[in-house]
Amino acid sequence: MGTKTDVWQGTLALMVLKTLEALGPLHGYGIARRIEQTSGNRLSLNYGTLYPALLKLEQEGFIASTWGVSENHRKAKFYRLTRAGRKQVAKEARDWEQATAILARFLAPTQEIS
Amino acid sequence: MRRLRALACRLPGLFRKDRHDRELAAEIDSHLQLHIDDNLRAGMTPEQARRDALVKLGGLQPTLEACRERTTVPFVEHLLRDVRFAFRQLRKSPGFTCTAILMLALGMCASVAIFAFVDAALIKPLPYPNPNRLVGVYEQHLPQLARSNLSYLDYIDWKKLNKVFTALEVYNNTGFIVTTREGAQPSHAAFVSAGFFRALGVAPALGRDFYAGEDLPGAPHTVMLSHATWRNRYGGKPDVIGQTVTLDGVPYVVVGVLPREFHFAPVGAAEYWTTVDAASSCSVRRSCHNLFGVARLREGISVQAALADTRLIARQLERQYPGSNRGQGADVAPLTDVIVGDIRPILLVLLGGAGLLLLIACVNVSSLLLVRSESRRREMAVRSALGASRARLIGQFVAEGLVLVAAGSALGLASAAWTMQVLSRLINPDLLARMPFLQGQGLNVRVSAFACAIALLAAVLFAITPTLRLSFAQMREGLAEGSRGSAGNTWRRLGSKLVVVELATAMVLLVGAGLLGQSLYCLMHVYLGFQPDHLATVEVAAPDVTYGKDPQAIALGRRIVSQIASLPGVQSVGTTSLLPVSYNGNTDWIRFVGKPYNGEHNEVNERDVSSGYLRTLGAKPVRGRYFSDADDQTKPRVAVINQALARKYYPDEDPLGKQFGDDGLSPKSMRTIVGVVEDIREGSLDAEIWPAEYLPANQNPNTYFSLVVRTSQSPQSILPAVAAAIRQIDPGVVALGGTAMQERIADSQSAYLHRSAAWLVSGFAALALLLGVVGLYGVIAYSVGQRTREIGVRMALGAEPRAVYGLILKEAGWLTAAGIFAGIVGSLAVTTLMRKLLFGIESWDLPTLVAVAAVLAVAALLASYFPARRAASVNPVDALRAE
Repeated sequence: MGTKTDVWQGTLALMVLKTLEALGPLHGYGIARRIEQTSGNRLSLNYGTLYPALLKLEQEGFIASTWGVSENHRKAKFYRLTRAGRKQVAKEARDWEQATAILARFLAPTQEIS
Repeated sequence: MRRLRALACRLPGLFRKDRHDRELAAEIDSHLQLHIDDNLRAGMTPEQARRDALVKLGGLQPTLEACRERTTVPFVEHLLRDVRFAFRQLRKSPGFTCTAILMLALGMCASVAIFAFVDAALIKPLPYPNPNRLVGVYEQHLPQLARSNLSYLDYIDWKKLNKVFTALEVYNNTGFIVTTREGAQPSHAAFVSAGFFRALGVAPALGRDFYAGEDLPGAPHTVMLSHATWRNRYGGKPDVIGQTVTLDGVPYVVVGVLPREFHFAPVGAAEYWTTVDAASSCSVRRSCHNLFGVARLREGISVQAALADTRLIARQLERQYPGSNRGQGADVAPLTDVIVGDIRPILLVLLGGAGLLLLIACVNVSSLLLVRSESRRREMAVRSALGASRARLIGQFVAEGLVLVAAGSALGLASAAWTMQVLSRLINPDLLARMPFLQGQGLNVRVSAFACAIALLAAVLFAITPTLRLSFAQMREGLAEGSRGSAGNTWRRLGSKLVVVELATAMVLLVGAGLLGQSLYCLMHVYLGFQPDHLATVEVAAPDVTYGKDPQAIALGRRIVSQIASLPGVQSVGTTSLLPVSYNGNTDWIRFVGKPYNGEHNEVNERDVSSGYLRTLGAKPVRGRYFSDADDQTKPRVAVINQALARKYYPDEDPLGKQFGDDGLSPKSMRTIVGVVEDIREGSLDAEIWPAEYLPANQNPNTYFSLVVRTSQSPQSILPAVAAAIRQIDPGVVALGGTAMQERIADSQSAYLHRSAAWLVSGFAALALLLGVVGLYGVIAYSVGQRTREIGVRMALGAEPRAVYGLILKEAGWLTAAGIFAGIVGSLAVTTLMRKLLFGIESWDLPTLVAVAAVLAVAALLASYFPARRAASVNPVDALRAE
């Protein structure tokens, strides 16, 4: 396990959406843990920053929330993806793939560019 | 799009903050619980588990705060909080709040109400398609008499010869006696050429327009109704089309009803619209001018081009008909000018005055706001030291300004709506009928936009003023002992200058009001040449069908006079074709026997009067005799002239026995002067006396004339009996406009104009005085606030309260003196400009100036007395300790 990386600007929303797409309805704590796990514990996520991000996504209409009961019988607020959210996941994922692909070309060995 | 949606989600957060906060807290709480559960399962102690959860969260409060900022709009939230705070602050100083709101409301009310009139008259276009292509077309009888009437034959030639109009039509006012089931009733009417409505672009709401050629001799008599007449007289039923109405005893077929919104100001509220009579005695004479023209310009033709073309035609006609058309020019003016030209300068001056008032009100409120901000400097300094950002401190002032402006605007708008109602009711109904465009003014879109713009400007001004004082340096100084910012002095200097301007404005307006008031007094006491008291006047209209022939008209006149003379309380009776104090007009062109004549127009007022008329009026005979009832058509024609005629045309000779006639000296027009009477004021009160001839009604009978009745009791009380007597003679004869002569004079146009001007300017002057005094108070109070420490020191060193009074009053005195001086200079300039409005008084009237200066000085003394008293009651110990 190397040094932990901070969450890059703008990527948290995509991580949240992707997590909800993969796992279905989930509460804030669950999402936070899942992001950490998915990153192989290489991301240092300040859980507190997750909630403003969730609020923003909800206001933008990509996710919706309902109060429910967790697996260990605690009251918790569950978030799920809306239809607009599903489209947004696909779009943002595509954007990121493009961005990383372009960056990859710069980082690749020089002979391949010529 | 998404951003908008997000903002929309956040706005409700402003109002449901508690619920949001609770839900958020619950969510974070559940998050912590879940985390703690996990940590406990991982084997931590309860304290460790809780600590770890909180650390991973990044602290409870920062998280909540971060979320809260997401749920609301912080800027608006702060603003709302500031507004609530501002309300509390303003409630704590009701004196300041009321003064500020009232002043704003006053400025707003005056400017919005007057703007509504400006909008109705000058901005709203005339209710015809392409109104800017419409022009008024006139002849020009004398170089100084622009816009005179056309004669019918000239009109026909102009219509034929012009190359600049797509349509040239004519109109004029007239009156009809309408035969109804209730008896004969007078009505206001207009006659027009057949294409008149087509030229304006107006289509009837019901029925048809006049056919082309319907105004030619031999065409059947047809009439169109105004919408109001259709509704009021004919019940608004569509079957009115095709019905016959009897006007002046002649049957007319109703062919159309005009649209409701149609109005044509030059003819006022005409009820019946008929076609011009091409065969009338006036229409067949080229020298009889009884029409006004209205035309639509051809594409690409300017007013100047049209004027040049019509002038060319006029010159051609002058050569062709030298007798009648000598010196007859042409005049063309945009129809808008014709309709609103007279009222435009008045309205613009009023708007300017109201704008000035608003400006002064705003400056005063800013000045009061500054006085307040001065007293809150320490509060601001402390808040700033405790970490309040500059924006938050400014926000506080902005909020206060907004609250004041909102309250002031609401009050101002409400009172403006009311003022508009009152003002339009104050306008004399006859005058309003001639300005139909003023009806229906109110809070429309343009007026509301104007009000909003004013409110916005005021808000910006009030937000900026105290902010300027809030520099950073200032704030730190605020905490320092006894500090005094340089900005304070800047304001004192600027504020003083503004107060001088305000006082000067008030002075100018007060002088104007004083002069106008005095000239109104002079006007109402001008020498009339007759005794107006105990005189009743009634206008009489007899149908031409029954009384069109001279003998019948003469008989009717004699009968009415003798019947009314026998009424109890009546001393004498007379009739005239036009009452005195009406206008110089209804003129006659005369030529003197035995004097050289070059075709010039010797224009004199002609009044056809009964034998008892001049005696009844109480006019003073100068020479010769009045007529007797025996001077009728069987006798040689005679005339009584006034002194002005005698002076002008018989300067060195005795006019008695001299003869004059019409411009052709035709034998049947020849009359002999039998008497000279002192000048009677035939024209308006402020018009000069024209030469006038009084001819016996028995030799020049009319079917429309006015009765003057001298009574021993009050003139009003005789009116019903007079009307009844006329009805008894013939129910087909109409008596209208019964009133007392003095009342008639007081309501005459010139008196009305002078009275309105005096009242309006007095109103503005009173407001300006009020505002100027409040402004002075503001500046002096501010100055006292700034000098509290200085005054404390002075008093500690032994200055008497009297000396402190002197100190403050001296400052106020200088400002007032400067204001009065500037005001005198301004008054001289302004009153010279308004010399035309003045009557019987010089614009440079010393007593007025002195009186106004005294009023202003006393008011200013009062305004500065209150701050001076506060200054004198400063406790030196407190003053020195407080700072």
